[in-house]
Amino acid sequence: MTNEENTIVCRCSDVTLKELRDLIAEGYTDYNEIKRLTRIGMGPCQGKTCTQIVLRELSMATGKKVSEIENQKNRPPVVGVKLKLISEEAQNND
Amino acid sequence: MIQTQLAIIGGGPAGLCAAISAAESGSKVLLIERNDTLGGQLVKQTHMFFGSEKQYASTRGIDIAKILLDKLEEHKDNITIMKDTTVLGIYEDGVITAMRDEDKYMKIKPEALIVATGASEKFLAFPNNDLPGIYGAGAVQTLMNVHGVKPGNKVLMVGAGNIGLIVSYQLMQAGVKVEAIIDAAPKIGGYLVHASKIRRMGVPIYTSYTVKEAIGSDALEKAIIWKLDEAWKPIAGSEISFDVDVMCVSVGLTPLNELLVMSGCEMQYIPELSGIVPMRNENYQTTVPHIFTAGDSCGVEEASSAMVEGYLAGLCASDHIGNRHPMYEEKKADFINQLEGLRSGPEAAHIRSGVEKSLRR
Repeated sequence: MTNEENTIVCRCSDVTLKELRDLIAEGYTDYNEIKRLTRIGMGPCQGKTCTQIVLRELSMATGKKVSEIENQKNRPPVVGVKLKLISEEAQNND
Repeated sequence: MIQTQLAIIGGGPAGLCAAISAAESGSKVLLIERNDTLGGQLVKQTHMFFGSEKQYASTRGIDIAKILLDKLEEHKDNITIMKDTTVLGIYEDGVITAMRDEDKYMKIKPEALIVATGASEKFLAFPNNDLPGIYGAGAVQTLMNVHGVKPGNKVLMVGAGNIGLIVSYQLMQAGVKVEAIIDAAPKIGGYLVHASKIRRMGVPIYTSYTVKEAIGSDALEKAIIWKLDEAWKPIAGSEISFDVDVMCVSVGLTPLNELLVMSGCEMQYIPELSGIVPMRNENYQTTVPHIFTAGDSCGVEEASSAMVEGYLAGLCASDHIGNRHPMYEEKKADFINQLEGLRSGPEAAHIRSGVEKSLRR
């Protein structure tokens, strides 16, 4: 395997640097698009380990500064929650 | 739904000080902490702090945590502590949701909120970076200093900032051999006093070096580094190999900002503050008026400044909901003055620049 195939960008979903760079080479330079295609940023860590690497790769590929690249959207809940717990709380109806 | 005057997310140095300060102002506080202990990273810090007397200089981090917990206890009538509780979301109607012990989901409606969630560690992309034995510096500190477990026998430390230098020293104290410390930057990032201590103990520090690859079948066996040229490009033929079973990655922290991002407050990438941070005024109030912030979540700095920011945010968030401390102006001026002092040296030039960029007047 090549070095890029052995380099993990997203530990939660086992996405490699090769997969990320291949997508960028195909023209995907929007973090949220890459997130939907690869699940980068959608695992238990919600992007805490991979975001900085993804932003830097996008910056190198597009020539834009990291500050000019749109970050991924964060939405609740930040960790997994059993539906049962939500339905129990919903009974309170407040 | 749980009602409270002030909810504080995070029981590290910033959150603890925010809770103490808010309680002193007369606010009813709900302090929410994800872990089963309060104190955040302070409890892993066995070394003495710098700063000045007001931020407990010359006291070990773990002892500072005890001092703060004692102060918290003095205000127990005004502070409710909720441990093992993860805040899951911040919604536009001001409600926050949280989960306790993975078996209770709840809604909380505070009048004001302080987000003091701290920072997370940065990670590096190099071949075989998922081999067992490759740790973040925070994990190594948790293993050694909280659980008393040696992470391995021979370590390559990646990063010569203060955390990398201090953790290297702590590893040596625990009887672990530190083979070398490397840093991609051309100079050591941490304080010279820490670096000198480690050099005197015979550990080499390689600047302008980065990790080329990790090697091992089931776990880390070898780490290869190589030199970077002036344009930060690796130089072929400059490789050095280390037989190590641990690589400790200490390449900096980035603000833990996901709750702030979803709250809708204005955020900006500010490299001097190590990531995407909320815009805020001198009261540490974000652009969402009832949401305040303090500590590393609004810019990575030191624990000493996180504590002062916490005191300031607790004071100002209380004032925002009508609980003005009788000595509000004096206290505020003192905290601002302390922060300026902590950020005054040449080492803090980048912090001053970052703070200036994050200020909304």
